[in-house]
Amino acid sequence: MSSTELLTIIEKDGRAAKDKDPNLSDAELKRLYATMLAARIMDERALALQRQGRIGFYLQALGQEASHVGSAAALRDSDWFFPAYRQPGIPILRGVSFDDLANEWYGNDVDTSKGRQMPVHYSFRSANFVSISSPIGTQITQAAGAGMAARIRGDDTVFMTYFGDGGTSSNDFHSGLNFAGVYKAPVVFVCENNQWAISVPLKGQTASETIAAKAAAYGMPGIRVDGNDVLAVYRVCKEAVERARKGDGPTLVETVTYRMGSHSSSDDAARYRDEAEWESWKQRDPLQRFQRYLTKRGLWSQDWEDERAAAIKEELNAAIKRAEARPKPPLASLFEDVFMNPTPQLREQQRQLESLEGPEADDIGEFPL
Amino acid sequence: MAQSTLIEAVTDALRHEMRNDDRVVVFGEDVGKKGGVFGATTGIQEEFGDQRCFDTPLSECGIIGAAVGMAVYGIRPIAEIQFLDFIYPAFDQIVSEAAKMRYRSGGEYTCPMVIRTPYGGGIRGGHYHSQSSEAYFCHTPGLKVVIPSTPADAKGLLISSIRDEDPVMFLEPKRSYRSVKGEVPEGEHVVPLGKGRVVREGTDVTVVAYGAMVPVAEKAAEAMQQQGKSVEIIDPRSLVPLDEELILESVRKTGRCVSVYEAPKTCGFGAEIAAIVAEKAIGHLEGPVVRVAGFDTPFPYALEHLYMPDVRRVVAGIEKTFNW
Repeated sequence: MSSTELLTIIEKDGRAAKDKDPNLSDAELKRLYATMLAARIMDERALALQRQGRIGFYLQALGQEASHVGSAAALRDSDWFFPAYRQPGIPILRGVSFDDLANEWYGNDVDTSKGRQMPVHYSFRSANFVSISSPIGTQITQAAGAGMAARIRGDDTVFMTYFGDGGTSSNDFHSGLNFAGVYKAPVVFVCENNQWAISVPLKGQTASETIAAKAAAYGMPGIRVDGNDVLAVYRVCKEAVERARKGDGPTLVETVTYRMGSHSSSDDAARYRDEAEWESWKQRDPLQRFQRYLTKRGLWSQDWEDERAAAIKEELNAAIKRAEARPKPPLASLFEDVFMNPTPQLREQQRQLESLEGPEADDIGEFPL
Repeated sequence: MAQSTLIEAVTDALRHEMRNDDRVVVFGEDVGKKGGVFGATTGIQEEFGDQRCFDTPLSECGIIGAAVGMAVYGIRPIAEIQFLDFIYPAFDQIVSEAAKMRYRSGGEYTCPMVIRTPYGGGIRGGHYHSQSSEAYFCHTPGLKVVIPSTPADAKGLLISSIRDEDPVMFLEPKRSYRSVKGEVPEGEHVVPLGKGRVVREGTDVTVVAYGAMVPVAEKAAEAMQQQGKSVEIIDPRSLVPLDEELILESVRKTGRCVSVYEAPKTCGFGAEIAAIVAEKAIGHLEGPVVRVAGFDTPFPYALEHLYMPDVRRVVAGIEKTFNW
């Protein structure tokens, strides 16, 4: 494993070299697959909701399921995530319900983030999944800081933070890796190199031969792994997590993958991407790849998949139905959580809004992003 | 009570809270062995060790981004930014992250942290060691903005800021660091955020000033006294949350208001004070609300003495509320 070689475990035909296979239990393997499948089904369904005008926006992770599910599975439940916006499988893996996910898309009154953010900017304290923001890379320095805090407190928590190839150009990438390196913070930096930052390809983002190579400048290992190979991602991250937990410091993991969908529901990748490139990555689909491995181990069959998919869809559709039926958050929640206690100015602004008579303005959220 | 300088009071507050709460850590550029470029953290690393007081790489973005992560995880970071003028690489972390964490997560995650930084002119620092850009932060929902003008307030407000459950920008008037001395209570001393202070009572005109402008306003009030005009001075001490009532009460009594701030005049925090007075006390006003501020120029070097509001300009501003 190095910063230029690409670690792969699952071969095209589904075989895995015995010395490389992380030897996960049957139950764990099936759990990983089921999580990836759920993430994919949820992404498809949610994008359809957006196209139907039922939710305002969506960001898919199509094609990147192995990258984020494989890495997240390397952590303990007590470990923390500082995520970006393309890891839907992580909350699913950590047991967050479809209800909680769908409530966020609708920004309804039971959304964990109280309807304060646009879809896919989740916050799930129950899963140690820190609130997502839109500015690129800001979570990277935060993960470094949280890692520094854990060391100061003497906790053995490990932090995993996610960003894309575009994120490596941010100030926070440099600052975060630099801080983590200097303080040996227990952080695994997962760069999901999906080749595209909206419409800008990797070569327009960096002249570096690989992203993993950047780790050398921060005094940490940089490892390049096949991001569509869930076992390879798991293994590399497991080793990185163990190093972090032992006090040996951070690792930069570059998962080489591909954004199969557009950047978001507002984007159309066909306008700037080559069809042949997309086709070649389609051949490397992470779910199909994992299926072949599971089949060889007698853990996968079409019937099992169909049964799982049907159960996921049923559960998801019921959650969507419930989320859609909920009201918006109450007026007061507009003014809550700015501070722990509202300032006199906030209280006055709330009173002024509440005292208005006549009909409220129409919902202005009609502009398609 | 002992006499101390404003900067000694800052150190006193840091030491007090670090003894009081072992979650509190202090870090920034040169804050360790050196004790900070102004000496605010003198002796802190010596007493608390390098796990709780440490130097960082030279990156404001890293310092504040790390502080946000620490606060979210559950310790109490106090980040020093060497000069407010250097804070801009961290602006994204402050306005997009620290300020919004509680709100955007529906209260699931919070960001109790303090950013301490010297601000303001009067030390011959030119553009990059003199600015007074508090308005940017006051304009960002989710941040508290605190500016002491005396040693006792520096201690009491800093202790409150460290104990606060939300992010606080604690801006220290560097011009007053050693020039302003006063009595500071030993041990526990808390000044709540959002409560202003009547610096000087008066009956004819209210001057609202904060930070290094308070001593200037006091001298101007002395000068007005000679002319037979009685000036009341209000120091809001925290700009967010703002003690509006104290200001309005004073203006309702005096009927006149001058707002003094050293930041560029346009959109400065003192303009907000003027707007509040216009909105809520117009019936009591006997003259225009006047702003005495820095100019809408970059902060100058050689002509700093002309840029900064001084006694002459504050007096002229006060006179304008009588003669218009």
